Order: sequence, then structure tokens, then C-alpha cells
Amino acid sequence: MHTASIFIELGGIVLALGVLGALALRAGISPIPLYLLAGLAFGQGGILPLATSEDFIAVGAELGVVLLLLTLGLEYNADELVTSLRGNARGGLVDLVLNAAPGAAAALLLGWGPVAAVAMAGVTYATSSGITAKVLSDLGWIGNRETPVVLSLLVFEDLTMALYLPILTAILAGVSLAVGAVTVAIALATVGVVLLVALRFGRFIEAFVASPNSEVLLLKVVGLALAVAGVAQQLQVSAAVGAFLVGIALSGELAHEARALLIPLRDLFAAVFFVFFGLQTDPAAILPMAGVAGLLAVVSMATKLATGMYAARRAGVARAGQARAGIALIPRGEFNIVIAGLAVAAGAHPDLGPLAAGYVLILAAFGPLAARLVQPLIALVARRA
Amino acid sequence: MEIEQTALPGIGLKHEFTTQSGRRIAVVSHRSGRRDVVIYDKHDPDRACEAVQLNDEEADALVELLGAPRIVQRLNALHREVEGLVSVQLLIAEGSPYAGRPMGETRARTRTGASIVAVVRGGQVHASPAPDFGLMAGDVVVVVGSPESTAAVGDILSHG
Repeated sequence: MHTASIFIELGGIVLALGVLGALALRAGISPIPLYLLAGLAFGQGGILPLATSEDFIAVGAELGVVLLLLTLGLEYNADELVTSLRGNARGGLVDLVLNAAPGAAAALLLGWGPVAAVAMAGVTYATSSGITAKVLSDLGWIGNRETPVVLSLLVFEDLTMALYLPILTAILAGVSLAVGAVTVAIALATVGVVLLVALRFGRFIEAFVASPNSEVLLLKVVGLALAVAGVAQQLQVSAAVGAFLVGIALSGELAHEARALLIPLRDLFAAVFFVFFGLQTDPAAILPMAGVAGLLAVVSMATKLATGMYAARRAGVARAGQARAGIALIPRGEFNIVIAGLAVAAGAHPDLGPLAAGYVLILAAFGPLAARLVQPLIALVARRA
Repeated sequence: MEIEQTALPGIGLKHEFTTQSGRRIAVVSHRSGRRDVVIYDKHDPDRACEAVQLNDEEADALVELLGAPRIVQRLNALHREVEGLVSVQLLIAEGSPYAGRPMGETRARTRTGASIVAVVRGGQVHASPAPDFGLMAGDVVVVVGSPESTAAVGDILSHG
């Protein structure tokens, strides 16, 4: 009886997500905002409270985070990370300073304190590499001159995430300064060691994981990622970072194959994760935060635009391309919610979840639309000039 | 001509160049094996105004279409440009002494002054064959030189 009701609820949720995904596809937007809305509609304070499947969804959401970070890590290899770190460090730093500032400032102005400020800085900082990659591909911008700049900024952000997440986890745990410093030091050392291992000895890990059979490969990669994520969590480094580092350690043909196998799994659990975040957020709490979320969205759109224009100009791209680089960076999505999710789970200010949800709802939906709308405008201006 | 290579992290590689007429063209090689042929906008040289997606088979076909006829075309042009220079196509007959032997053994250039510039076998053009390229009965050899020297090559190929 219990199993039956879990299945019915889960089936209903996943089916609803499928229908929403189809709608998003037709409208040409990212499905993430719709998944979030679905999560808000279910559960606490929503129209359809869930009775039995919340526990499963909570675990599924954790899995979703691990798989999101694992596939992100698989996308890049260690060489690419190091090269783009060398070549675009300045653009990356401008990105970090300009875009972490609005979130941190908002949290401080709202009187939420320094811990929430660090979390909100992450929420406004990270561009959604998933949505941006899709925008670049959909609009045929992959060949553009500014695209390598945009991509290497994304790589830089992801690398920053590997350092930021353990720091955030330590701060959220509310440990004392001394213990916190040790935790952060352990985290940074782990990240460094894994990167070094990936660069120098990646082929040994690959030799262990590699298999001509896709089933074996899938089990080995997921198993390795979960185990490392668990150990990372034990060391207070955050499970997400562990999974990300496993992804980076694997490269080449193997990474490509593993990614193709993992994507369906990731899509399922990532969708569950967005629903879970929505479930935890009381929809009634979003409305009072809507004004702040809107303002924050406008400000951080401007800062991302400035970041993209600055980085593209440094690469010698003309004005129209600079504007495209800025616009491509606007979408926020999965990782902003992952960061807010960590903060909410650690008991941050109760309004942080709703603010982040509102913020991501706006930018995940509006980012790709902005790119689509602005494209003909930029072309017109370029033609006149 | 300079070909510029750019890494696209997470996607693959991009190779681009500017044509003589001033248009920029690039090929984006995705890690998945997908290829995009990209043509840049005249007004906004940073923007791809046309991007055509090709799968493996289509990319191969395009390469062949662009590559093979170019050789024949180049020969014809050579022919037209230089007076007194002809290109002839000679069949290696079943009884030719060089069927089954490396092309270098004909010593065609040393003996006649004419050059073997290509071998057509089964519809495929093997441009600039190396001396160890094995000739076979049924091959068509493309020879460039003066009318006399190319005729002499024809003699060598059929009689030794």
C-alpha cells in the first residue's frame, strides 16, 4: 500500500515535469523555471501537498546534485581548466568580483548577516553553463569569435565553484574561525591534490574505469563519484565538489562516453532536485521577496553584461560581439539553486530560499529569451555601423 | 594562407581562415564527431551568419567534393596556361611490363622529362604518387610534359 502511493505520487510528479519540459521546448526556454514552479505547486503551502514521497525526493535531490556536478566535471578536462585559468584569469576575477557583489550586498542590506552574504554571493555569481551552452548552440553562436571567451569564463567559474563550495560548507556549518580555517585548508588541499592527480595520473584512473561495456562503465563511474562524494562530505568538503573532481579526473574519449551514459540519469535526478528545492520553499514567501528578486536580477544582468563585454573586448572582439558575450552569460540556473539549497539545508535566513527561487526563476527564463530578442537588434546595429 | 586554431572548452576545436575575397570561414569540430561549417557575417566579422551541421558521412562527402575535382581542374588549368605543355591520361594495359610494379621503376621523369602527377584507380584520384606507389593493370596514369615526352612515357608504359 505504501509503495503503491509512493509510485503514484512520483509518477504524477515526473509525468508533470515531462509535460512541462515539452512546453518549455516549444516555447524555446529552459525547463528549469518550470520545474521550480512545479516544486512550488507541490508540497508545503502548495496546491498539491505530497503525503509519502518526500523522503525519496530528498535523497533523489542529493543524487541530482552529485550527478549535475559529475557531468559538469566530465565536460572539461584538466588541461582545459589550467589553460583557461592562465589565459583568462583577469576576466575571471572581474566576473567574480562584479557578480558576487550584488548578492552579498543584498544579503547585508537585508540584515541577514555575513554567512547569508557568502551564500547569496554564490547565488548571483555563477552563470548556468548548461543554459548558456544551449543558448550558444540554439542561436548558432558556437562559431562566433566571442564564444571561446564566454566558454573560458564558464570554466573559470566552475573551477571557482570547486574552491567556493567547501568554503561555503564550512561557513554554513557554523564552526569557529580556527576550525573553519582548518576545514577550508583541508578542502583546498584536497582540490589541489585531485587536480594534480587528474593532470599527472588521470590515465590510471581511466584505465581502472574504462570498459567496452557501457553498463560496466556506468556502474563504475557512478559508484566512484558517489564514493568520493561521500568521503568529501565526511571531510566537510561538500559532496558536490567530490563528484565534480571525479568528473575532471576522467577525460578524453572515456569522459565523452560516460557523459553520454549519465545524461539521461542526470536529467531525471536534476529535475527531482529542482522539484525538491521548490518543495522546501513556501510559495507564499516568494511574493514578498519578488521586488527584491526582480531588482537583484536587473542589477546582476547589468554586471554580467559588463563582465562579458570586458572579457570580449580584451580578446579583441568588436562591439556587437561584446554585447553577445554579455548576454550569453546572463542565465542563472542549477548551481545557484544548489548553493541556495545548501544554505537552506544549513538553516540560513528563511527568506533566502524564496529570494533565490524568485531570482533564478527570473534569470533562467529571461536569460535565453533576452539572447533571442537581442540577436536581430545587434545585427541591425552592426549593419548600420 | 593562415589557419587559426581555437580551443572551445567543453565543445571541441575551431579552425578558421579568411578567403582571398575577404570572407571568414571556420570548421567547428565537436567532440561528439559533429562538424559545423561556419561562415562569418560580412558586417559583423565576429558573428557566424551561417552554420551548417554535418555528420561524419556528410563531412566526408564534402571533403571529397571539394578535394578530388580540384586535381583535374588544376591539371586542365596547367594545360591551358603553359603553351607546349600537355597532360595525357594513359591506361596501364593488362600486358604492360609495369603492371604490378612500383611507379618509380618506370624512371619516366629521368628518361623522358615528363612527370606522372596522378594515378586514377577505380574512380579515385591518387595525387602526386610516391615512387613506391604500385601500379596496377587498369590504372589511368596522368602525365604532364611536352607532347613528345608524354608520348615517350606512353611507349615506356606499354613496351618497357
